[in-house]
Amino acid sequence: MREMIKMVVVLTVLSAFSGGLLASIRNETKNKIENQQLQFVKGPVIKMILEGASNDPIADRFEFKDGETGRKFFVGVFDGKANTVALETFGKGYGGDVGLMVGINVDNDKLVGVGVTTHSETPGMGAKAKDDPSFVAQFKGISINDPIKVTKDGGQVNAISGATITSRAVCFAAADACNIYKRLKPEIEKKLKATFK
Amino acid sequence: MAKSITQEFVKGLWDEIPPFRLVLGLCPTLAVTKSVENGIGMGVATTFVLVCSNILVSALRNIIPTKVRIACFIIIIATFVTVVELLMQAYTYPLFLKLGIFIPLIVVNCIVLGRSEAFASKNSILPSLADGLGIGIGFTISLAILGTVREILGSGTFLGMTLFGPSFQPFSFMVEAPGAFVGLGLLLCIMNLFEK
Repeated sequence: MREMIKMVVVLTVLSAFSGGLLASIRNETKNKIENQQLQFVKGPVIKMILEGASNDPIADRFEFKDGETGRKFFVGVFDGKANTVALETFGKGYGGDVGLMVGINVDNDKLVGVGVTTHSETPGMGAKAKDDPSFVAQFKGISINDPIKVTKDGGQVNAISGATITSRAVCFAAADACNIYKRLKPEIEKKLKATFK
Repeated sequence: MAKSITQEFVKGLWDEIPPFRLVLGLCPTLAVTKSVENGIGMGVATTFVLVCSNILVSALRNIIPTKVRIACFIIIIATFVTVVELLMQAYTYPLFLKLGIFIPLIVVNCIVLGRSEAFASKNSILPSLADGLGIGIGFTISLAILGTVREILGSGTFLGMTLFGPSFQPFSFMVEAPGAFVGLGLLLCIMNLFEK
Protein backbone atom coordinates (compact mmCIF):
# COMPACT_ATOMS: atom_id res chain seq x y z
CA MET A 1 0.00 0.00 0.00
CA ARG A 2 2.76 2.44 0.93
CA GLU A 3 4.57 1.62 -2.28
CA MET A 4 1.40 2.26 -4.24
CA ILE A 5 1.01 5.73 -2.72
CA LYS A 6 4.64 6.50 -3.36
CA MET A 7 4.31 5.58 -7.04
CA VAL A 8 1.28 7.79 -7.45
CA VAL A 9 2.87 10.70 -5.61
CA VAL A 10 6.16 10.53 -7.54
CA LEU A 11 4.47 10.30 -10.93
CA THR A 12 2.07 13.12 -10.09
CA VAL A 13 4.74 15.45 -8.80
CA LEU A 14 6.99 14.70 -11.76
CA SER A 15 4.21 15.31 -14.29
CA ALA A 16 3.09 18.49 -12.58
CA PHE A 17 6.63 19.78 -12.47
CA SER A 18 7.30 19.05 -16.14
CA GLY A 19 3.94 20.56 -17.09
CA GLY A 20 4.84 23.75 -15.27
CA LEU A 21 8.29 23.90 -16.80
CA LEU A 22 6.96 23.43 -20.33
CA ALA A 23 4.22 26.00 -19.85
CA SER A 24 6.71 28.63 -18.72
CA ILE A 25 9.11 27.90 -21.58
CA ARG A 26 6.24 28.03 -24.04
CA ASN A 27 5.25 31.44 -22.72
CA GLU A 28 8.82 32.66 -22.99
CA THR A 29 9.29 31.50 -26.58
CA LYS A 30 5.79 32.21 -27.91
CA ASN A 31 6.51 35.58 -29.50
CA LYS A 32 9.83 34.43 -30.85
CA ILE A 33 8.27 31.37 -32.51
CA GLU A 34 5.52 33.50 -34.01
CA ASN A 35 8.09 35.83 -35.53
CA GLN A 36 10.06 32.92 -36.95
CA GLN A 37 6.94 31.46 -38.50
CA LEU A 38 6.08 34.83 -40.00
CA GLN A 39 9.52 35.00 -41.50
CA PHE A 40 9.95 31.47 -42.81
CA VAL A 41 6.46 30.08 -43.46
CA LYS A 42 4.19 33.01 -44.14
CA GLY A 43 6.93 35.36 -45.31
CA PRO A 44 7.62 33.77 -48.71
CA VAL A 45 3.90 33.50 -49.47
CA ILE A 46 3.24 37.10 -48.47
CA LYS A 47 6.16 38.23 -50.65
CA MET A 48 4.75 36.22 -53.56
CA ILE A 49 1.29 37.75 -53.28
CA LEU A 50 2.49 41.29 -52.66
CA GLU A 51 5.26 41.11 -55.23
CA GLY A 52 6.72 44.47 -56.08
CA ALA A 53 5.58 46.16 -52.89
CA SER A 54 7.96 48.94 -51.89
CA ASN A 55 7.66 48.26 -48.15
CA ASP A 56 8.18 45.25 -45.92
CA PRO A 57 4.69 43.78 -45.53
CA ILE A 58 5.73 41.71 -42.51
CA ALA A 59 7.00 44.71 -40.59
CA ASP A 60 4.01 46.83 -41.62
CA ARG A 61 1.31 44.66 -40.15
CA PHE A 62 -1.53 45.46 -37.83
CA GLU A 63 -4.05 43.48 -35.89
CA PHE A 64 -7.79 43.86 -35.36
CA LYS A 65 -10.11 42.19 -32.95
CA ASP A 66 -12.76 40.39 -34.99
CA GLY A 67 -15.17 39.05 -32.41
CA GLU A 68 -13.10 36.69 -30.28
CA THR A 69 -10.12 36.22 -32.58
CA GLY A 70 -7.41 38.66 -33.57
CA ARG A 71 -6.82 39.08 -37.30
CA LYS A 72 -3.45 40.09 -38.68
CA PHE A 73 -3.29 42.19 -41.81
CA PHE A 74 -0.12 42.62 -43.85
CA VAL A 75 0.09 45.85 -45.80
CA GLY A 76 1.55 46.21 -49.27
CA VAL A 77 2.54 49.64 -50.59
CA PHE A 78 2.39 49.98 -54.39
CA ASP A 79 3.39 53.16 -56.23
CA GLY A 80 3.52 55.02 -52.93
CA LYS A 81 -0.01 54.02 -51.94
CA ALA A 82 -0.86 51.52 -49.23
CA ASN A 83 -3.70 49.92 -51.13
CA THR A 84 -3.29 46.19 -50.55
CA VAL A 85 -3.78 44.03 -47.50
CA ALA A 86 -3.15 40.33 -47.03
CA LEU A 87 -4.67 38.11 -44.35
CA GLU A 88 -4.55 34.43 -43.53
CA THR A 89 -7.59 32.16 -43.29
CA PHE A 90 -8.13 28.42 -43.02
CA GLY A 91 -10.24 25.84 -44.81
CA LYS A 92 -10.84 22.20 -43.94
CA GLY A 93 -8.76 20.13 -46.33
CA TYR A 94 -8.31 16.41 -46.79
CA GLY A 95 -5.57 16.03 -44.20
CA GLY A 96 -6.31 18.94 -41.86
CA ASP A 97 -6.47 22.70 -42.04
CA VAL A 98 -5.23 24.41 -45.18
CA GLY A 99 -3.84 27.86 -44.45
CA LEU A 100 -4.32 30.43 -47.18
CA MET A 101 -2.85 33.91 -47.46
CA VAL A 102 -5.25 36.15 -49.37
CA GLY A 103 -4.26 39.51 -50.79
CA ILE A 104 -7.02 42.05 -51.45
CA ASN A 105 -6.81 45.40 -53.20
CA VAL A 106 -8.60 47.97 -51.07
CA ASP A 107 -9.28 50.35 -53.99
CA ASN A 108 -11.19 47.99 -56.27
CA ASP A 109 -12.07 45.16 -53.86
CA LYS A 110 -10.44 42.50 -56.01
CA LEU A 111 -8.13 39.66 -55.03
CA VAL A 112 -4.53 40.39 -55.99
CA GLY A 113 -3.48 36.82 -55.33
CA VAL A 114 -3.61 33.95 -52.91
CA GLY A 115 -1.04 31.45 -51.69
CA VAL A 116 -1.11 28.36 -49.49
CA THR A 117 0.93 28.74 -46.29
CA THR A 118 0.50 25.52 -44.32
CA HIS A 119 -1.17 22.26 -45.23
CA SER A 120 -0.96 18.51 -44.70
CA GLU A 121 -2.47 17.37 -47.99
CA THR A 122 -1.39 14.34 -50.01
CA PRO A 123 1.89 14.95 -51.88
CA GLY A 124 1.32 15.02 -55.64
CA MET A 125 -2.43 15.49 -55.23
CA GLY A 126 -3.75 18.08 -52.78
CA ALA A 127 -0.25 19.42 -52.14
CA LYS A 128 -0.36 20.84 -55.67
CA ALA A 129 -2.39 23.67 -54.18
CA LYS A 130 0.93 24.92 -52.81
CA ASP A 131 3.33 23.47 -55.37
CA ASP A 132 1.52 24.27 -58.61
CA PRO A 133 1.25 28.05 -59.10
CA SER A 134 -1.34 27.70 -61.90
CA PHE A 135 -4.06 26.68 -59.44
CA VAL A 136 -3.79 29.67 -57.10
CA ALA A 137 -3.25 31.96 -60.09
CA GLN A 138 -6.93 31.48 -60.97
CA PHE A 139 -7.93 33.54 -57.94
CA LYS A 140 -6.22 36.67 -59.19
CA GLY A 141 -8.72 39.36 -60.16
CA ILE A 142 -11.80 37.76 -58.62
CA SER A 143 -14.01 40.38 -56.99
CA ILE A 144 -14.72 39.92 -53.30
CA ASN A 145 -18.45 40.06 -54.04
CA ASP A 146 -18.32 37.07 -56.41
CA PRO A 147 -19.05 33.66 -54.96
CA ILE A 148 -15.73 31.80 -54.88
CA LYS A 149 -16.37 28.13 -55.64
CA VAL A 150 -14.99 25.30 -57.75
CA THR A 151 -16.68 24.75 -61.13
CA LYS A 152 -18.31 21.56 -59.86
CA ASP A 153 -20.20 23.65 -57.29
CA GLY A 154 -21.13 26.28 -59.86
CA GLY A 155 -18.15 28.59 -59.34
CA GLN A 156 -15.32 29.79 -61.56
CA VAL A 157 -12.29 27.97 -60.12
CA ASN A 158 -11.03 24.82 -61.85
CA ALA A 159 -10.33 22.25 -59.15
CA ILE A 160 -7.02 20.37 -59.02
CA SER A 161 -7.77 17.01 -60.62
CA GLY A 162 -8.07 14.35 -57.93
CA ALA A 163 -8.10 16.90 -55.14
CA THR A 164 -11.58 18.41 -55.05
CA ILE A 165 -11.64 18.54 -51.26
CA THR A 166 -8.41 20.52 -51.14
CA SER A 167 -9.64 22.83 -53.88
CA ARG A 168 -12.87 23.40 -51.97
CA ALA A 169 -10.87 24.14 -48.82
CA VAL A 170 -8.86 26.79 -50.66
CA CYS A 171 -12.05 28.33 -52.10
CA PHE A 172 -13.67 28.29 -48.68
CA ALA A 173 -10.65 30.01 -47.13
CA ALA A 174 -10.61 32.64 -49.89
CA ALA A 175 -14.34 33.30 -49.47
CA ASP A 176 -13.88 33.48 -45.71
CA ALA A 177 -11.10 36.04 -46.16
CA CYS A 178 -13.43 38.14 -48.34
CA ASN A 179 -16.14 38.02 -45.68
CA ILE A 180 -13.75 39.05 -42.93
CA TYR A 181 -12.43 41.82 -45.15
CA LYS A 182 -15.93 43.09 -45.93
CA ARG A 183 -16.76 43.10 -42.25
CA LEU A 184 -13.63 44.99 -41.24
CA LYS A 185 -13.21 47.20 -44.29
CA PRO A 186 -14.08 50.53 -42.63
CA GLU A 187 -11.55 49.87 -39.88
CA ILE A 188 -8.91 48.74 -42.37
CA GLU A 189 -9.32 51.88 -44.45
CA LYS A 190 -9.16 54.09 -41.40
CA LYS A 191 -6.02 52.32 -40.20
CA LEU A 192 -4.33 52.53 -43.62
CA LYS A 193 -5.06 56.26 -43.85
CA ALA A 194 -3.78 56.88 -40.36
CA THR A 195 -0.56 54.92 -40.74
CA PHE A 196 0.40 55.48 -44.36
CA LYS A 197 -0.14 59.01 -45.66
CA MET B 1 32.49 -0.60 -11.97
CA ALA B 2 35.01 1.86 -10.62
CA LYS B 3 35.75 3.66 -13.84
CA SER B 4 36.97 7.23 -13.82
CA ILE B 5 34.82 10.03 -15.16
CA THR B 6 37.11 10.47 -18.15
CA GLN B 7 36.69 6.81 -19.03
CA GLU B 8 32.92 7.16 -18.88
CA PHE B 9 33.16 10.09 -21.26
CA VAL B 10 35.62 8.53 -23.69
CA LYS B 11 33.79 5.23 -24.03
CA GLY B 12 30.96 6.98 -25.88
CA LEU B 13 33.40 8.18 -28.52
CA TRP B 14 34.70 4.77 -29.63
CA ASP B 15 33.95 1.68 -27.53
CA GLU B 16 30.23 2.33 -27.29
CA ILE B 17 29.67 4.85 -30.09
CA PRO B 18 25.90 4.50 -30.49
CA PRO B 19 25.00 3.84 -34.14
CA PHE B 20 28.14 1.89 -34.98
CA ARG B 21 28.98 -0.10 -31.85
CA LEU B 22 25.67 -0.38 -30.03
CA VAL B 23 23.70 -0.16 -33.30
CA LEU B 24 21.07 1.89 -31.47
CA GLY B 25 19.16 4.96 -32.59
CA LEU B 26 19.17 3.94 -36.22
CA CYS B 27 15.91 5.67 -37.09
CA PRO B 28 17.28 9.25 -36.84
CA THR B 29 20.68 8.07 -38.07
CA LEU B 30 19.25 6.84 -41.33
CA ALA B 31 16.56 9.44 -41.76
CA VAL B 32 18.16 12.82 -41.13
CA THR B 33 21.71 12.39 -42.44
CA LYS B 34 20.97 13.72 -45.92
CA SER B 35 23.32 16.57 -45.11
CA VAL B 36 25.99 17.38 -42.55
CA GLU B 37 23.97 20.27 -41.16
CA ASN B 38 20.95 18.07 -40.43
CA GLY B 39 23.15 15.42 -38.86
CA ILE B 40 24.90 17.86 -36.52
CA GLY B 41 21.60 19.56 -35.61
CA MET B 42 20.01 16.25 -34.73
CA GLY B 43 23.11 15.17 -32.82
CA VAL B 44 23.23 18.35 -30.74
CA ALA B 45 19.52 18.13 -29.93
CA THR B 46 19.90 14.50 -28.85
CA THR B 47 23.00 15.31 -26.79
CA PHE B 48 21.14 18.03 -24.93
CA VAL B 49 18.27 15.68 -24.11
CA LEU B 50 20.68 12.89 -23.17
CA VAL B 51 22.74 15.02 -20.79
CA CYS B 52 19.74 16.68 -19.11
CA SER B 53 17.75 13.47 -18.69
CA ASN B 54 20.80 11.58 -17.44
CA ILE B 55 21.46 14.22 -14.79
CA LEU B 56 17.84 14.32 -13.63
CA VAL B 57 17.34 10.56 -13.66
CA SER B 58 20.54 10.13 -11.70
CA ALA B 59 19.54 12.80 -9.19
CA LEU B 60 16.14 11.21 -8.65
CA ARG B 61 17.33 7.60 -8.77
CA ASN B 62 16.64 6.96 -5.07
CA ILE B 63 13.21 8.57 -5.16
CA ILE B 64 11.78 6.93 -8.27
CA PRO B 65 10.00 3.65 -7.38
CA THR B 66 11.37 0.73 -9.39
CA LYS B 67 7.98 -0.38 -10.68
CA VAL B 68 7.19 2.91 -12.43
CA ARG B 69 10.75 3.86 -13.37
CA ILE B 70 10.19 3.61 -17.13
CA ALA B 71 7.15 5.88 -16.91
CA CYS B 72 9.18 8.39 -14.90
CA PHE B 73 12.07 8.26 -17.37
CA ILE B 74 9.69 8.86 -20.26
CA ILE B 75 8.17 11.89 -18.52
CA ILE B 76 11.63 13.34 -17.91
CA ILE B 77 12.82 12.63 -21.45
CA ALA B 78 9.63 13.91 -23.08
CA THR B 79 9.87 17.13 -21.07
CA PHE B 80 13.40 17.84 -22.29
CA VAL B 81 12.51 16.90 -25.87
CA THR B 82 9.65 19.39 -25.83
CA VAL B 83 12.02 22.01 -24.41
CA VAL B 84 14.40 21.36 -27.31
CA GLU B 85 11.55 21.50 -29.80
CA LEU B 86 10.36 24.87 -28.50
CA LEU B 87 13.88 26.29 -28.39
CA MET B 88 14.61 25.12 -31.92
CA GLN B 89 11.40 26.68 -33.16
CA ALA B 90 12.34 29.92 -31.49
CA TYR B 91 15.99 30.13 -32.57
CA THR B 92 16.75 27.80 -35.48
CA TYR B 93 13.48 27.61 -37.35
CA PRO B 94 14.81 26.50 -40.78
CA LEU B 95 16.63 23.56 -39.18
CA PHE B 96 13.48 22.70 -37.25
CA LEU B 97 11.53 22.60 -40.52
CA LYS B 98 14.09 20.25 -42.05
CA LEU B 99 14.27 17.84 -39.12
CA GLY B 100 10.51 17.98 -38.67
CA ILE B 101 9.00 14.94 -36.98
CA PHE B 102 12.38 13.54 -35.94
CA ILE B 103 12.78 16.06 -33.13
CA PRO B 104 9.68 14.88 -31.19
CA LEU B 105 10.75 11.33 -32.00
CA ILE B 106 13.86 11.74 -29.81
CA VAL B 107 11.49 10.71 -27.00
CA VAL B 108 11.44 7.15 -28.30
CA ASN B 109 15.12 7.10 -29.25
CA CYS B 110 16.41 3.97 -27.55
CA ILE B 111 19.80 5.57 -26.86
CA VAL B 112 18.25 8.09 -24.48
CA LEU B 113 16.05 5.63 -22.61
CA GLY B 114 18.85 3.08 -22.74
CA ARG B 115 21.33 5.38 -20.99
CA SER B 116 18.75 6.33 -18.34
CA GLU B 117 17.92 2.70 -17.63
CA ALA B 118 21.35 1.16 -17.96
CA PHE B 119 23.54 3.89 -16.56
CA ALA B 120 22.00 6.96 -14.94
CA SER B 121 19.60 5.03 -12.69
CA LYS B 122 22.54 3.17 -11.16
CA ASN B 123 25.23 5.86 -10.95
CA SER B 124 25.72 9.23 -9.31
CA ILE B 125 25.36 12.56 -11.06
CA LEU B 126 28.90 13.27 -12.29
CA PRO B 127 29.52 9.93 -14.05
CA SER B 128 26.00 10.16 -15.54
CA LEU B 129 26.78 13.59 -16.90
CA ALA B 130 30.03 12.32 -18.43
CA ASP B 131 28.26 9.28 -19.85
CA GLY B 132 25.48 11.36 -21.43
CA LEU B 133 27.93 13.86 -22.86
CA GLY B 134 30.21 11.16 -24.27
CA ILE B 135 27.45 9.13 -25.87
CA GLY B 136 25.82 12.30 -27.18
CA ILE B 137 29.01 13.62 -28.76
CA GLY B 138 29.72 10.18 -30.19
CA PHE B 139 26.25 10.15 -31.71
CA THR B 140 26.76 13.65 -33.14
CA ILE B 141 30.10 12.66 -34.68
CA SER B 142 28.57 9.53 -36.20
CA LEU B 143 25.71 11.50 -37.74
CA ALA B 144 28.14 14.12 -39.02
CA ILE B 145 30.37 11.49 -40.65
CA LEU B 146 27.46 9.68 -42.29
CA GLY B 147 26.01 13.05 -43.31
CA THR B 148 29.34 14.10 -44.83
CA VAL B 149 29.62 10.92 -46.90
CA ARG B 150 26.05 11.16 -48.13
CA GLU B 151 26.09 14.90 -48.80
CA ILE B 152 29.39 14.88 -50.70
CA LEU B 153 28.47 11.90 -52.86
CA GLY B 154 24.76 12.58 -53.14
CA SER B 155 24.63 16.30 -53.80
CA GLY B 156 28.28 17.29 -54.27
CA THR B 157 28.21 19.80 -51.43
CA PHE B 158 29.59 20.10 -47.91
CA LEU B 159 27.62 22.22 -45.41
CA GLY B 160 25.87 23.71 -48.42
CA MET B 161 29.08 24.74 -50.24
CA THR B 162 29.53 23.32 -53.72
CA LEU B 163 32.70 21.23 -53.89
CA PHE B 164 33.00 20.19 -57.50
CA GLY B 165 32.69 21.91 -60.84
CA PRO B 166 29.47 22.06 -62.84
CA SER B 167 30.35 18.82 -64.63
CA PHE B 168 29.87 16.83 -61.39
CA GLN B 169 26.96 14.44 -61.69
CA PRO B 170 25.44 13.96 -58.19
CA PHE B 171 25.15 10.33 -57.13
CA SER B 172 21.60 10.96 -55.95
CA PHE B 173 21.18 7.37 -54.75
CA MET B 174 23.16 8.39 -51.66
CA VAL B 175 20.63 10.96 -50.44
CA GLU B 176 17.74 8.52 -50.85
CA ALA B 177 16.81 6.06 -48.09
CA PRO B 178 18.71 3.05 -49.54
CA GLY B 179 21.87 5.18 -49.68
CA ALA B 180 21.57 5.64 -45.91
CA PHE B 181 21.67 1.89 -45.34
CA VAL B 182 24.56 1.39 -47.75
CA GLY B 183 26.49 4.31 -46.22
CA LEU B 184 25.95 3.03 -42.69
CA GLY B 185 26.96 -0.49 -43.72
CA LEU B 186 30.17 0.74 -45.32
CA LEU B 187 31.07 2.82 -42.27
CA LEU B 188 30.43 -0.17 -39.97
CA CYS B 189 32.66 -2.24 -42.22
CA ILE B 190 35.47 0.34 -42.06
CA MET B 191 35.18 0.52 -38.25
CA ASN B 192 35.44 -3.25 -37.97
CA LEU B 193 38.53 -3.22 -40.19
CA PHE B 194 40.19 -0.73 -37.83
CA GLU B 195 39.29 -2.88 -34.87
CA LYS B 196 41.29 -5.79 -36.30
